[in-house]
Amino acid sequence: MLKTFPKGGVHPHENKFSAGKPIEKIELPKQVSIPVSQHLGAPAQPVVNKGDEVKVGQLIAKSTGFISANIHSSVSGKVSKIEKIIDSTGYKQTAIIIDVEGDEWLPEIDRSTALVEDIDKFTAEEIRAKVAEAGIVGLGGATFPTNVKISIPQGKVCENLIINAVECEPYLTSDHQLMLEKSDEIIVGARLLQKAAGAKKIYIGIENNKPDAIELLKKKAAKYQDIEVVALKVKYPQGGEKQLIKAVVNREVPSGGLPIDVGCVVQNVGTAYAVYEAVQKNKPLIERVVTVTGKSVPKPSNLLVRIGTPVSNLIEKAGGLPEDTGKIVNGGPMMGKAVKDFSIPVTKGTSGILLITSDEAKRPKTYNCIRCARCVFVCPMGLEPYLIKNMATVGMFKELQDERVLDCMECGSCSFGCPAGVPLLDYIRLGKANLNKILRSKK
Amino acid sequence: MFMDIILNTLITLSLLGAVMAVILYVVAQKFKVYEDPRIDVVETLTPGANCGGCGHPGCRGFAEACVKAESLDGLFCPVGGNETMKKIAEALGRAVVEAEPKVAVVRCNGTYEKRNKTTYYDGPSSCAIEHSLYMGDTDCAYGCLGLGDCVAKCTFDAMYMDEESGLPMIDENKCTACGACVKACPRNIIELRNKGKKNRRIYVSCVNHDKGADARRACGAACIACNKCVKVCPYEAIVVENFCAYIDFEKCKLCRKCVAECPTGAILEVNFPPRKEKVESAEETAVN
Repeated sequence: MLKTFPKGGVHPHENKFSAGKPIEKIELPKQVSIPVSQHLGAPAQPVVNKGDEVKVGQLIAKSTGFISANIHSSVSGKVSKIEKIIDSTGYKQTAIIIDVEGDEWLPEIDRSTALVEDIDKFTAEEIRAKVAEAGIVGLGGATFPTNVKISIPQGKVCENLIINAVECEPYLTSDHQLMLEKSDEIIVGARLLQKAAGAKKIYIGIENNKPDAIELLKKKAAKYQDIEVVALKVKYPQGGEKQLIKAVVNREVPSGGLPIDVGCVVQNVGTAYAVYEAVQKNKPLIERVVTVTGKSVPKPSNLLVRIGTPVSNLIEKAGGLPEDTGKIVNGGPMMGKAVKDFSIPVTKGTSGILLITSDEAKRPKTYNCIRCARCVFVCPMGLEPYLIKNMATVGMFKELQDERVLDCMECGSCSFGCPAGVPLLDYIRLGKANLNKILRSKK
Repeated sequence: MFMDIILNTLITLSLLGAVMAVILYVVAQKFKVYEDPRIDVVETLTPGANCGGCGHPGCRGFAEACVKAESLDGLFCPVGGNETMKKIAEALGRAVVEAEPKVAVVRCNGTYEKRNKTTYYDGPSSCAIEHSLYMGDTDCAYGCLGLGDCVAKCTFDAMYMDEESGLPMIDENKCTACGACVKACPRNIIELRNKGKKNRRIYVSCVNHDKGADARRACGAACIACNKCVKVCPYEAIVVENFCAYIDFEKCKLCRKCVAECPTGAILEVNFPPRKEKVESAEETAVN
């Protein structure tokens, strides 16, 4: 019997068209736009000016607080301007725009592919400093600064480091392919994270639809006593932090609490790889693997993309924009958001670009709620989505706090499962936003 | 025997009733709440719409506040207006505080003609949700989303969505300036402005804070912050902040100079008679 989380969950069609496609490098674009806010927390402060020459890996924006992250140049060339560009939602935010000239890297970056395994060389303190310096954030999509996560607050003990290799979003395969190609590096990265957080044990949680990755990582981890690869039953949203902890070590994170409250730290497998590169190769976070996929995409692929590359370049690489495209989604089909324009850049949090056909893109017709309680049944956090929706509609935002609306991680299972096609998640988001506004004004 | 039962029952119930009556009387005296009888009087004078436009919970809440307050300063019923306030002041024997009557104004003129749709929104029909998801189905991140959250909140039937332009319209005769639509708009487009002499008003019908070129690209009726109106205004009533002009209705003397100057037609005039100059110039050309 495979492990999984007990409460709620759904099983959407997997549609992993790009599975098994090797990671390809994409040609350098002519121009990159690197937003200064690619992470949760305060935006970074640009430290370059218009006309400055930059090299690959050079710091171009500095973190401005505890919860913030450094931004590095992903190309070499000249800073053409620093201005506001539209992000994936269409609202404007500051970005550094660089004209690409050649491909000149900073000399201290080790560009060889040889495996380096110098874990004892660094203290936990040094690893954390290097992770912060490299601007690493959670690459699963939430983009929370990694160094904050592995700085364990006083009075708390980290027992387990859980590497999130679940990739429960349909369509996406970037983590899966990374595991197949860079398994040794991921194990080193995980051990570095383990040392930084002071964890006793590493669990690597993988869903059972990736048997090749499970087998490979089990083989690689066999020589370490404290690494355990856990195969999990396929169920969405198992990649959620709280669900993964419940599935792997059977502990429940309290409402409003953090994983560290139950002695766990969860890191994405892509983050582990980025940590390996930052610590062992001095390479900051300047590129990531992005899946470009969709039912009518000619060549679904996994691409290694420099941060700041326009999404249109990726689509071209995957064989061009299919005619029947209805929506372009940044992320997976469940949690991703449709983008306004495909000139927007790839950021640290872009795990996939999904082209949905116009037939699939249509929202279902909305009927009245039939009180079947399916949304309650599928909610992995044990909330009552139908009730939250009704309360948000009539404006009872303050009362939503008692309904634990802030526990909602916006996985979309409720909207997915609703037989009446009610867009529950949209109303829950509205309730969350308004409750947060009320809570902020109280402070 | 039979009579006994009836008699006993009657006696017991009467005694019980009497005792209960005494208890109720004592309790009523002990926990008596004194309520100013003037509150009831003032409440009957209010419109009874319970819209909350005055900032108090319903008309009774407003009446209580009026009676408790030392003066009527800062208390104003936007629905009843000066007439109601005069009656309340009379009833309470206090000085009348007059306020300019106001009206809600939609500060967006991005009609279907002026503003092209660039994407297609198929989510729930609510401006608040569309605003939280993305910038909207046009290229303007500040303008009206056209899904009518404001219309749904209007309790006086003073608003409707104009199908031709896609913008909400306000019936100034019905609008009471209660402010419900102002709160409902997620983009802060609706503003309460002075109704003005003879209902005449001049306002900048745009809230776009982008640079002129960007604003113009998104919408043909956008304020491009060219500052022409600021220069022409003799009363210093216009300020341009964050690439958007704003006319202070307290300072504006309704001279209409700015309206003619605006290159995009973002400044609107309401309820003015047609301009004379145009007629004159037409005559001149006819003579020549």
